[in-house]
Amino acid sequence: MEEFEVPPPSRINYLNAEYGLKSWLLTKDHKRIALLYLGSVTFFFFIGGIYAMLIRLELLTPQGDLLSSTTYNKVFTQHGIIMIFFFLIPAIPASLGNFLVPMMIGAKDLAFPRINLLSWYIYLLGGIITIYALLAGGVDTGWTFYAPYSTTFSNSYVLATGVGVFISGFSSILTGLNFIVTIHTMRAPGMTWFRMPLFMWAHYATALIMILGTPVVAITILLLAFERLAHVGIFDPAVGGDPVLFQHLFWFYSHPAVYIMILPAMGVISELIANFSRKNIFGYSFVAFSSLAIAIFGFLVWGHHMFVSSQSVYAGMIFSFLSFAVAIPSAIKVFNWTATLYKGSISYDTPMLYALGFIGLFTIGGMTGLFLAALAVDVHVTDTYFVVAHFHYIMVGGTLLAYLGGLHYWWPKISGRMYPEGWGRFSALVVFVGFNLTFLPQFVAGYLGMPRRYHAYAPEFQVFNVLSSAGASILGVGLLIPVIYLVWSMRYGKLAEANPWHLPGLEWRTSSPPPTENFKITPVVTWEAYEFAPPEELEVVGRFRRGQTAEGI
Amino acid sequence: MAEIYATGHEASHPALQHHFENMEQQREAGTLGMWVFLVTEMMFFGGMFFAYTLYRYQFPQAFASASNHLDLTLGAVNTAVLIFSSFTMAMAVYFTQLGRQQLQVLCLVLTIALGLTFLGIKAVEYHDKYVDSLIPGTLIPSRPFNPDVHKFHLLPGASIRNVEMFYWIYFAMTGMHALHMIIGVGLLSVLVYFSIHGRYSPEYHSPVEITGLYWHFVDIIWIFLFPLLYLLGRHLVHGG
Repeated sequence: MEEFEVPPPSRINYLNAEYGLKSWLLTKDHKRIALLYLGSVTFFFFIGGIYAMLIRLELLTPQGDLLSSTTYNKVFTQHGIIMIFFFLIPAIPASLGNFLVPMMIGAKDLAFPRINLLSWYIYLLGGIITIYALLAGGVDTGWTFYAPYSTTFSNSYVLATGVGVFISGFSSILTGLNFIVTIHTMRAPGMTWFRMPLFMWAHYATALIMILGTPVVAITILLLAFERLAHVGIFDPAVGGDPVLFQHLFWFYSHPAVYIMILPAMGVISELIANFSRKNIFGYSFVAFSSLAIAIFGFLVWGHHMFVSSQSVYAGMIFSFLSFAVAIPSAIKVFNWTATLYKGSISYDTPMLYALGFIGLFTIGGMTGLFLAALAVDVHVTDTYFVVAHFHYIMVGGTLLAYLGGLHYWWPKISGRMYPEGWGRFSALVVFVGFNLTFLPQFVAGYLGMPRRYHAYAPEFQVFNVLSSAGASILGVGLLIPVIYLVWSMRYGKLAEANPWHLPGLEWRTSSPPPTENFKITPVVTWEAYEFAPPEELEVVGRFRRGQTAEGI
Repeated sequence: MAEIYATGHEASHPALQHHFENMEQQREAGTLGMWVFLVTEMMFFGGMFFAYTLYRYQFPQAFASASNHLDLTLGAVNTAVLIFSSFTMAMAVYFTQLGRQQLQVLCLVLTIALGLTFLGIKAVEYHDKYVDSLIPGTLIPSRPFNPDVHKFHLLPGASIRNVEMFYWIYFAMTGMHALHMIIGVGLLSVLVYFSIHGRYSPEYHSPVEITGLYWHFVDIIWIFLFPLLYLLGRHLVHGG
């Protein structure tokens, strides 16, 4: 078949197709909704960041001098709630995922565009109610809302916060539902399951967790709210209830929720590693299925949060074993990424720096997770800074770095402009250094016995805390720089080509920024996910590979 | 080249949304979407079923005593009503696929009527509980949980606190179920409106089908709730 070219792309794209506030607030375009999410998760990230700053400031000195213990309880609780429910969970799926899931499979939009918009409004409503709770007086239960403290004893705004979290959960359910249906039914001709980029597999696995886990925490928080409101009870020991039941139901979602945060990040990293090594990913199907394995195993390990919560010792042993088992698919990914780098043609652009940082930090986070999965060690470090450091290595070192890497990588596609590469590399380095300085000392402090969730601590831990607070300020600067130059680049950045990285993925085969319908003609996919063709075959916009005919559309 | 841009929508049905290639794809997406949604519903109710199972195992006497106090007749009638409504719903889908518009409207209206009957009977049951002060905690602040212990056949070893917990689980589960019924009646009313205007046809019937899936699901939840809440443990009281 002969190749043919479609006419040069018009200047109309999804950003300038329509103007005005209404065209954004009522949009059904997944790309615009992705940007709405991008803006709102960034907003919540900075609110959560302010609380993080307060925590680090308080912990500079061993005495509880800056914040009272009550205020400190609220500050760390609110840091956790905002960061987890309103940043980490939606960050990658609802912004990058929303933008890319239809594009990577050659669809015009997600299967349910209106539901997609609805999910953003639900997210916003949940967020507003939560912010109301914070302004009205805050909440001090820890992000885990453990009963009976949350149901009976806490004098803070548990109910409003619970309602906020409950509502925002539905936005996550709807996003997951949309992704699953889209991936099943909207793939372009020739886009088989095993030709999908690994980003898609990761998002499919994430969506599974979203639809299976989130409803459970929704009903749990609803029951908790009623318990607080009307003194009914299934968690309160006063009516024969079992507070540990709350922990079971809560962690049944909230442990898999960790994988909602990390799986999309892994998807981003698979893209970055393969594309910046210009090499097919090593062991495609292993990486793809390890995402599903993590999603499935992830539902069977929640009990490792409850080794000291009166859980049966046999249950503890089984949960410990399964938690070790979930490390296997994660390790498969790390090994395969590393193997992909081998003899690759690696370029150290900003996204790749974040990806390499991710591999190192995720490995540390994962390995320390094994310490915590081991029953005896866990008893020693339960509720210490060791745990805090561990999950920040996963959530910040993992998810946040992948999010930033992905944002830079797809920025030309999203905004139509290049970000300044020099500043990008510089800030990636600052983030890496700042992050490690913040959280590495916490492993030591925690292992030596510094408990979490106190505003005062024994003086011998001060050196670790000063290091940590110093690191946090570096990290803060490192995170502020990209905000500044990304916003700057939207107006002043170099105009991006359709395919600035010269990659085979479908999202690079349409103009930057894409038109509202993504592709002028429905593409027919004849290539594998990471099939690096000679650059001349990829560079031209709208030129399709051999075999693409009008009949195939 | 112009015809390339117009492809995909050659024989487009007015109900075809722009981002789908054809009606078949749109129908498939809608149906799968409802199935996925029902999975989330299962997990949502699952949390409550789990709590029920746990406490039924922990407090068998209290749960049997409280369960025995529910009105078996009203529960059984409601079960029959719901099963029959599932039948009329299935017939509504069937007649839509055949293009028999009047029968389709009739079946949808019947389904709504049966759904409302169920909710009415449920309201009578709730009212009985209200009269007996069996509404747990302070859900009704003016009438906290305070049953007449003489009217209540408490099995040995049963604590009234655990009876209260049973009633909370009962109200939480049946209340959540009733909420789903109300939403279902709302959806059906929209369907009736559109089907009177002749919107659904053998070519385009997925809204009826999808709402049917939802209706059957809500029905199935009740099929589990009825034996668990009304029937299990009756032999402990009646010595059967």
